[in-house]
This record gives sequence, structure tokens and C-alpha cells, in this order.
Amino acid sequence: MRKVFDFHGGVHPLENKHQSVRTAIADAGIPPELVIPLSQHIGAPSNPVVGVGDHVRKGQVIAEALGFVSVPKHAPSSGTILAIEERLIAHPSGHSAPCIVIATDGKDEWAPLPDTRPYESLDKAELLELIRHAGIAGMGGAGFPSAVKLSVKAGITIDTLIINGTECEPYITADDMLMRERSDRIIEGAKILHHLIAPGETVIGVEDNKPEGIAALRKAAEGSGIEIASFPTKYPSGGEKQLIEILTGKQVPSGGLPSDVGVVCQNLGSAVAIYEAVVEGKPLISRITTVTGEAVNEPQNFEVLIGTPVSYLLQKAGYEPSKNDRLIMGGPMMGVTVRDPSVPVVKTTNCLLAPTPQELPVPPPAQACIRCGMCAEACPASLLPQQLFWFAQGKEFEKLEHHNLFDCIECGACSYACPSSIPLVQYYRASKADILHQRKEQEKAEHARLRFETRQQRLEQAEADKEAKRAARKKAAEARAKSAVDDGNGEDPIQAAIARAQAKKAAQQGGGNESEQEKLEKTVVAARKRLDTASKKLEEAKVDGSDLVDALQSGVDKTRAKLDAAEKALAALGEAHAAVAPESEPTDAAQAAIQRAMAAREAEAALSPAEEAKADLEKLEQRLEKTRSKLAQSQASAGEEKVIEALTSTVQRLEQKVEAAQQALSETS
Amino acid sequence: MIDFLLQFPLLSALLALVGMAAAFGALLGFAAVHFKTEGNPIADEINNILPQTQCGQCGYPGCRPYAEAIADGEDINKCPPGGEAGIQALADLLDVEPMPLDEEHGEEANTPAVAYIREDECIGCTKCIQACPVDAILGAAKQMHTVITSECTGCDLCVEPCPVDCIDMLHESPSLQNWQWHLPDPVGRQVEIIATDRIESGARQDKAA
Repeated sequence: MRKVFDFHGGVHPLENKHQSVRTAIADAGIPPELVIPLSQHIGAPSNPVVGVGDHVRKGQVIAEALGFVSVPKHAPSSGTILAIEERLIAHPSGHSAPCIVIATDGKDEWAPLPDTRPYESLDKAELLELIRHAGIAGMGGAGFPSAVKLSVKAGITIDTLIINGTECEPYITADDMLMRERSDRIIEGAKILHHLIAPGETVIGVEDNKPEGIAALRKAAEGSGIEIASFPTKYPSGGEKQLIEILTGKQVPSGGLPSDVGVVCQNLGSAVAIYEAVVEGKPLISRITTVTGEAVNEPQNFEVLIGTPVSYLLQKAGYEPSKNDRLIMGGPMMGVTVRDPSVPVVKTTNCLLAPTPQELPVPPPAQACIRCGMCAEACPASLLPQQLFWFAQGKEFEKLEHHNLFDCIECGACSYACPSSIPLVQYYRASKADILHQRKEQEKAEHARLRFETRQQRLEQAEADKEAKRAARKKAAEARAKSAVDDGNGEDPIQAAIARAQAKKAAQQGGGNESEQEKLEKTVVAARKRLDTASKKLEEAKVDGSDLVDALQSGVDKTRAKLDAAEKALAALGEAHAAVAPESEPTDAAQAAIQRAMAAREAEAALSPAEEAKADLEKLEQRLEKTRSKLAQSQASAGEEKVIEALTSTVQRLEQKVEAAQQALSETS
Repeated sequence: MIDFLLQFPLLSALLALVGMAAAFGALLGFAAVHFKTEGNPIADEINNILPQTQCGQCGYPGCRPYAEAIADGEDINKCPPGGEAGIQALADLLDVEPMPLDEEHGEEANTPAVAYIREDECIGCTKCIQACPVDAILGAAKQMHTVITSECTGCDLCVEPCPVDCIDMLHESPSLQNWQWHLPDPVGRQVEIIATDRIESGARQDKAA
């Protein structure tokens, strides 16, 4: 007989298990419609591989796993895919989730099952792949994919493999019935797990309130080396960490995994599913679910296809909606309230509870915490629930974490024990969610900060690079200017550049002809030079009496011919340009006038004062002459009086000016 | 020397004090130079609390400048994305009284937002890319742009520069993925213990009459 230990806390709620064990496990049959949520467990949802209208057979994969912590989904019965859409699922949020809906055809036709080999001949990886491919997720609690849970890291030795047959929540008897009716399968499944994990020992832990189950298991386990341990009933001894402590006396460290103390835990239902997957090649498409509560006439256990609507299952058990006002999926301690009976049964649905209001009354309104400490006595994780409650109210997340909020298994023992009926677990759940949310936000903020700073740095770097380039260019220009001055031609490179640019502009304004002309001029000059050098060489050769005289002579002739051709072309172009020039002149009239004026001014500046005065006088006299002749013309042609008047006054003014100029000239000379 | 000091105890005490002052002064001076803290540590801590949306709603060009301004005595209530929780955290850190959020700088959003570019309307002007403080917009000149949702802080800064107004700020709709448990309704704790506790509008009006 194994020595069993006790864990701290725990409560003893009314068991209410006897109602549903009076009859054998019944087959729930095939509902007209099966709804398979793509996400039934912790981890990534799976990805549908069938389309609407496809015909599927029982056991066929309809959604494949995405990622490591994910399992595929299989068609629980044959039929047609009706839709892949959002449907309501059993979740405390009441939100819907993507589901595959199958309209069953009632034929229940199996897809060809894979060939199986004896498990002894399979190695660890092959077994894990089989388990994963069969879509097996923990069937007791959160539904963690079994293959992930069973892949123990290398280097960790497992002393104890525990099969969890505790089923500590009131009302639920699914595992109990499984033990009574299918104990051989459980033992076979345990043997496969034993082969897979290779632990020191394999123990099936069962609470002592299931004597029939224990007896059946013991009978089936005879000679297999698997131990059946029973221990006093107490809620929540089915919690993984609590069960490990009961059976081994070891405590899983805070935030740790069972493998840290050399233990692997699996649910009893999962063991059966693993047996079916490995030995029979069947995927997980059905499970045992207890339907109980006083609002059903025949409380019993059903073998039910995954995806069966809750309403269909309830009707099989003789459900009376009038008696029931709250439907619970799972047990009364940890279950979730189902708001709509159309939600489907999933892999973790161990119980459907339809109590009457008298049976499970609505909890009375919460009252103030009186610090009685009952919750601390009940807590199986040895936490201080009332402290956590205060911190949760004040949203003091740091203190909550210091008080190990994340070790809370949300079993509800504290809420059960609380005389003020404070919904403690809800505070913890909300706080956990808040803290996780905050952590995520902080991570995101940190990420954003990094990106912001990197961007900032990049922009600064770009600016600095630009500045550096600018500085380098400036330095180079200065150096050039300096070297130009040093070379002695004293020309300012900036002025030179401006002059060059202006010259270029002027050339462009002159049009393409001018540049061609320039080109030709250049050609002419170059040809002339070449001709000169060539004739020089020829003369030298003639003097030396070299052999090259003939060759040089022909070269000189060729160059001369080229020069002639270029000169001719230039002359032709010049003529053409002359023809074009008058047309183009008006556009440049202003420019030309400015140039003329500037030339005149320069000429003026070069003159001596006397000459200047003389020039002035001449100009004035010319203007006077012009105006006089205009006046005479207009008088002769009998023009307008106004014009004649204006001209007369102009003549007078000019005459005065001429006089002044004459005076100035006489003064200067 | 010792005789001299013994003769003038006042002088010896003075000498000793001056000597000690010089020694400790030198020590402090050495420490100040050698153990100098880089940057402003309090600004770093403030910056860690700020939400890093880099939205500039506070009037500073990013969270870091605002953190530095707070360290220099700026008000702590100018960060709408941080909200009341952020102000509370800053008040705790700086040991000052928390103050209500300054509405002048915007209101606290209930749900985080993410920018979304209506891609068929985008003309590829890169203006939003230049505005994005965290490089969360992908695209090139005359190419369609798109927002990398996981990098977007929801700062709104890309909305203004868009010449064709094709950027929307989308708020997360409640779904299974972002749902979380909430604290129990505190009002629920005090109702209906005795019949007269019930708050009914009719009853109140009767009393008022």
C-alpha cells in the first residue's frame, strides 16, 4: 500500500455523484449537425483543410495543427461540410469563434484507418507523432495538447508517471464510469504511456469515493506493475500539483512544471484516447460526458461525439428547461455558465450540469470581507486569498505578484469557503488578466521605444552624414581656390565658375547653330595646328632626307584637305547664321540695348572730363537737331497743336541744355 | 610641532577640521568625477512608465523628451495614451499627488487603435512613412503603403499628413482573443441585502414628492 500525503487546504463540497452512475455509459448517437470549434484548447487554433460542401468521412482530418502547441481536428462522423463560420462556443466571454459545421448523413462511415503497429516497437518520436496526429488534448482541465505535455526535455529523468483519475469536482462521474467499464483500456493506455515516458513507476491516483472504479482498475492492472493508489476525498485533489503532492509528497515549485520534480501527469480519459490512437488508429472524436443535475430526468454518462450541440445531448437525458435557469459546462466549482444551449461539446467537456435553482442557488450578494481567514485555510496552493482580494481591489499588481497570484489554480475553494460569499476567484482571474495585459503592453512599449530610438539615431546619422559631405565639399572648394591663387593666375575660381556658367547660358541662348559654329571653328583651329606641325615635320624630313617624306607629304595633303573642308563648312554655316540672325535679333533686343548702353558707359568712363563734356554737347546737339526736324515736320503737316506745343517746349529745353553744355565745355577746356 | 599644537588646542582643532574637510572634499570630488551617472536616471524611469506611443500629444516630440521634461518639473498629466493608470504610476514614482488627465491634450482611449491604410486609395507619397515615429509603415515612393500592425502604436501621427485621407484609425473590436475577465461589479456587492436597499427610480421619486 502506497503512502499518501496530504496537501494544504481543500474543501468538502457535497459530492452529488451518485445520480449519474446508476446506468451504464449510453451512446448519444449522431446529431444532425456537428459544430467543431477550431480552438478547443490552450494554444494556437487549427487551420481548416476542407471546404464548404466537401464530403467528409468519420475520422478524417478537417483542420490541421498550426504550430507546436496545437492539434489537428477530425470529423466525428461522416457528412457534408455545411459551413466554416463563427459560432457560439462555451466560453465565459460569450463570444463566438470560428467553427467547422458538419451536416451528418447518419451513415457514420469511417475513413480508412491507418495501419497500426504494436506500441512496443515504436520509438518515442513516432509515438508522440501518433498522439499529436490523433488530436489528443488533455481531457480533464485546460486541454493542453498531450503530445506537448509528454515530450519531456532531454536530460530530465521522470521518476513517476501519474494517471489522474481523481475527478474531484462534485457531480462529475465521467472518469468513474470509464474506470468501471473500460478499465482494461485505461491500463493499456497507461502501459503505452509507461513505455513512452519510461518512468521509475506508474501510478493511477483515484479518490476513495469511487470504490467500484478502484476495484475494476486493480483487477485490470494485475501483473502489469501499475499501481492504483487511493486517497481520501477532498476538493481539489485532482489539481495536478495537488495530486503530485498527495502521491509523492513533493511540491512543484512556484512557476515550475511537474517535470521539475520528476513527474509527468496525464488524465485518465487522455490515457484511453492514447490507447485508441496507438492501438486502434482512431483519432479523438468522442468522449464521455456526464449529464446531470435535477433538471434532467435521467442523469447519466454519454459517449458523445465532439461537436454535438449541448441542446441535443440534454434532450437525450430528458432535460426540462422549465426547471433550470443556469446551464453549466464542467463542474459546479470551475465550470463555465453556458448562455446558449446551441454551443458544442468539446474535448474538455467532462460534464453538463443542469441544476434547479434550489439545487445550486444563485450566490447571495457579496458582503464585506471580515478577515476570518477561512479562505486561507481552504487554499490548496497555500496562498493568502484575503490579501490577494484586497490587492486585487486596489489594483496593486506588484503586491499581487509578490503574493504569488500566479500560483492560484482558480479552483474556487476560497469562494466556496467564504462566509461573505465574495466571488474571490473572479477577482483573481481579472487581476491575472490585467497583469498579463500590462506585461504585454510593457513589452510593446519597450519594443516601440527601441524602434523610436533606432529611428531617431538613423535620422541623426543621416543628418550628420549630409553635414559631413557638405563640409568636405566646402573644404575641397576652398583648397581649390587657394591652390589657384597660389598658382599665380590669381583668378577666383568662384568668379571663373560664374563666368563659365554665364558663357554657357549665352551660348545656349544663341541656339544650337552657334555651338556648331564653335565646333567648326575649333576644328579649323585644330586642323591648322596639325597642318603646321605636319608641314614642319615634312620640312625636317626633307632636310634629313628621311624615308618618311612621302608618307608625311600625303599626311600634310590630307590635313590640308580637311582644313579646307572645315573652313568651307564654317563659311557656309556663317552665311546661314547671318540669314537667321536678323530674325532672332528682336528677341534679344533688350539684351543688345543693355550691352550697347554698357559699352557706351565704359567708353564714357574712359574719356577725360573735357572730352566727356564735348561728347555730351554733341549728343545734345544731335537730339536738338532731331527734335527741330520733327517739329518742322509736324508744323508742315499741320499736326495737332498739343504735339507742336510739346515739341516746341522740348526744343527750348534742349537749347538751354546745349548752352549749359557749351559753357561747361569752355570751363573744362 | 606637537608642543605648539598642545599649546593652542583651538588651533589644533581648527587644523584638524580643515584637514578633514580637505580630505573629504577631495574624496567627494573624486567620486563625482569617477562615478558620474550617465544621463538622467529619473528620466529613464519615467520613460519606462510612459506608453511609448511617441504620439506627441503631450506637446513634446516623443516620450523621451516628455520624460525629461517631467524630470525637470513638468506636469505628469499630459499623456492621454498612458491614461489614469499612467498618471498613477508616475505619481507613485515621483511621490507627488496624482492629478486628473489634462483634457487639453486629448482623452484616454478605451481600446488601443491601429492605423489602417485603404490601400487602393494610397498614392504612394511617403508622407505617412516620414511621419511614423516607429517605422511601422512600409512602402516606397509611388508604391502602395501599408501598416505593420504589430509595430503600430496607434499614435495618429500618420493621419494628418496623408493628402488623400486614406488612413483610418481602427479600434480593436471585442473578440475571443482580446477578451479578459473583469473585476466583479462593486455595486453588486451592496444591493438587495434587505428590501429597502433596492434602488428604484419610482421609489425615489415618491420620496422626493
